[in-house]
Amino acid sequence: MKNITLLTAAVFISLTITACGESDAPADRDRSEAPAQEQGLSEFEVEHGIGPVTERVEIGDGFDQAMVDKGRNIYEMKCEMCHNYEGRMVGPELGNVLERRSPEFVMNFILNPGGMARDHPVGQELLREYMTIMPFQNVKEDEARAIVEYLRYYAEHN
Amino acid sequence: MTKQKSKKLRGLLLGAGFVAVAAFVFTGCPSQQSMLDRGSAAEKVYVAPGEHDEYYGFFSGGYSGQLSVWGLPSARFLKVIPVFSQDPETGYGYSEETKPLFNTSYGFIPWDDSHHPHISQTNGDADGRWIFINANNTPRIARIDLKTFETKEILELPNTGGNHASSFVTSNTEYVIGGTRFSIPYEQDLDVPIDSYSDSFRGALSFIKVDQNSGMMDLDFQIVVPPYNYDLGRAGKGPSADWVFFTTYNTEEAHTMLEVNASRNDKDFIAAVNWRKAAELVANGHGRTVPGEYYHNYYEGNQGYAVSERKNGVTILDTREIDEDFIYYLPTPKSPHGVDVDPTGEFIVGGGKLATIIPVHSFSRMLEAIDAGAVVERIDGIPVLDYDATIIGEVENPGLGPLHTEFDGRGYAYTSVYISSEIVKWSLETFEVVDRIDAYYSIGHLMITGGDTKNPDARYLVGLTKTAKDRYLPTGPKQNHPAQLYDISGDRMELLLDFPTIGEPHYAQEIRADKIKDNVAQIYEMEDNDHPHALRRIADNRIEREGNVVRVFMGATRSHFRPDNIEGIRVGDTVYFHLTNLEQEWDVVHGIAIKGAQNSEILVAPGQTKTMKWTPTRTGIYPFYCTAFCSALHQEMQGYVRVSAADSDVELTWRTGTN
Ligand code: HEC
Ligand SMILES: [Cu+2]
Repeated sequence: MKNITLLTAAVFISLTITACGESDAPADRDRSEAPAQEQGLSEFEVEHGIGPVTERVEIGDGFDQAMVDKGRNIYEMKCEMCHNYEGRMVGPELGNVLERRSPEFVMNFILNPGGMARDHPVGQELLREYMTIMPFQNVKEDEARAIVEYLRYYAEHN
Repeated sequence: MTKQKSKKLRGLLLGAGFVAVAAFVFTGCPSQQSMLDRGSAAEKVYVAPGEHDEYYGFFSGGYSGQLSVWGLPSARFLKVIPVFSQDPETGYGYSEETKPLFNTSYGFIPWDDSHHPHISQTNGDADGRWIFINANNTPRIARIDLKTFETKEILELPNTGGNHASSFVTSNTEYVIGGTRFSIPYEQDLDVPIDSYSDSFRGALSFIKVDQNSGMMDLDFQIVVPPYNYDLGRAGKGPSADWVFFTTYNTEEAHTMLEVNASRNDKDFIAAVNWRKAAELVANGHGRTVPGEYYHNYYEGNQGYAVSERKNGVTILDTREIDEDFIYYLPTPKSPHGVDVDPTGEFIVGGGKLATIIPVHSFSRMLEAIDAGAVVERIDGIPVLDYDATIIGEVENPGLGPLHTEFDGRGYAYTSVYISSEIVKWSLETFEVVDRIDAYYSIGHLMITGGDTKNPDARYLVGLTKTAKDRYLPTGPKQNHPAQLYDISGDRMELLLDFPTIGEPHYAQEIRADKIKDNVAQIYEMEDNDHPHALRRIADNRIEREGNVVRVFMGATRSHFRPDNIEGIRVGDTVYFHLTNLEQEWDVVHGIAIKGAQNSEILVAPGQTKTMKWTPTRTGIYPFYCTAFCSALHQEMQGYVRVSAADSDVELTWRTGTN
């Protein structure tokens, strides 16, 4: 008798939770289709991506040339085989990426590509389009920042 | 129980023929079958999907020449580390980088027989830096780095026949040892009648120094000893840490029909070597250098081609020439196989294959006997100590054919017994057998988790058996060799698992997974790629021709090669594909194979550069492709090479991405 009461209670509770669309497997699977806010992303994450960069990064008006050079080196070693500056390759073109995305978004994409493809609506969209998950290329945060500096410099000079 | 009994009987009969029946008669008390009910045995070895085993097990490959890696207790097979044999699965021994590892003074040798892995130690405990393993046939020792689980170095041992008593390390990996199984003339390439055995043949015990930072091996010296067969070895521990012990058989000095002729003497010897003293003698100039050609093959940097250094000359200590004593013979019954030192360093246990007891020597009594001059004779200068002076116990009724012993650190020893196909557990206090359990079938070595160290954790015992017979689904007249996992944490040994292995494991090592798993490399960092033909930037992909040698500097990433269209190769060219995997993500591997190549594929780990040699013999169009399923577009990862006639003037060109 007691067991039945408990069971009923459990069913009732689980129905309630499912109805709210939270913490249940089927709802979870739907996540990719749901609008960003409903995926539980913060406003910052929607705009600037999910990853270790959680605050706006300071970007100057001019260029830090040392950072540009460092960024170029890493980019040529670890990125260029998949991205063109112009036109699609394995991944999207990056010559103008900073027109589409914020510096923080680009950094988070570099630092957490798997997480972006899985959990961010833009990443999910890109994955559907490119059908290859971008690898984490063992880039550190300051190196990702340097790549952003290089991509800024590139856009300005080409 | 009855069913299991009869199965056991059948197994024994299958495994060891009528001798097994004799075992019942002789030992009186037949082995007890102790197996947990299925549920609790299964629970003990169950590791849930996605979870990790508590131990790494490293099983020698025997005639496969390799080393296989297992998770214990689940017995999940993790990988084969290729060591002494070419491995077309990975390209080991086929890629230009790895080929030099196979060079010896006899030329390129694609195979060997690997027996006794041993993990490097610090203070008598496995430390997980490296694992060493011996090659028995063409005597060598290999060092495998446990960061990348790759063979990094192979050292040949000169003037040695069959490096079987190897590759055991001393307590702080000061030395790794080697020993002659087949005595041969010590003088290099000596051409003499075989029946001059006693006059011209000698044994050699090798002491290889290990650099504590790099792990690099250096043949420090060899001890030249009487022409017996030196079978197994083991370093001392704690108080006996300055000593290593070798078993000998064939003290009869037979050179034909050893089965009979080398089984005459009631006792052979355990050779106890004070390696510290021997090393001092060498350092103080008591050795002498003799010719001895050998190869030392190793990697110089993080990546690149292994180099082969040809060496000549070895320092020897010949017991006939040196007055000071640094090696002693302990008489030991009878044709002993294993020599094993307990965790306290006090007990030295011989596994007398043909003995009716297990002899236990005492290290402290041995020192007393040396002090007291309890020497019964000298053989080529080597003092033979009085058996009664060094022996402290003889284990009665151990079964037929005791081979090899390990310890649980709780006062018990476990000996594998080949002919009666069982494991016996006995007390180091009373020297009496307290438990015994069947092995399926014909056990060789056994391994206890930490059993060869100062601090065994002794949860499990693995028995390495020689024949599977009816244990698994049949797979033809030749089947893989089995291993059994026993729980030894309680009073009685309990069989948990029985699983087929790879090659013929002669010995195994285990280490707690948490000692190494966090140090295991996930990628080769591109920044540290010092391969001379690495592709540092994709923009540098190119082809260079120098006469008939063509080098393709090629990059691989999901999901293409660059370049992937190549023209201007000619019949008669030697083409090197230097393939760099430009990814930095764990476990994303690319490979390359090209039609008609008389070579294996080459697998390339993330951040790694590997080279495949190709010598096209016919004109035509040759497809090449990625052999590893690397991505959704893996089937698109391909390219073409056009091969023209030897005198063609097709220009050398390459391109990617412009149709
Ligand atoms: C193996 C190929 C590969 C490599 C290497 C690679 N990427 Fe990507 N990249 C992709 C793919 C594919 C996408 C599309 C997203 C997805 O499918 O995951 C992408 C997406 C991106 C995006 C998002 C573009 C947008 O329009 O929002 C940025 C930014 C980016 N990559 C930067 C880099 C940088 C910087 C590097 C080097 C550190 C790099 N990538 C290395 C394949 C790669
Ligand atoms: Cu591939």
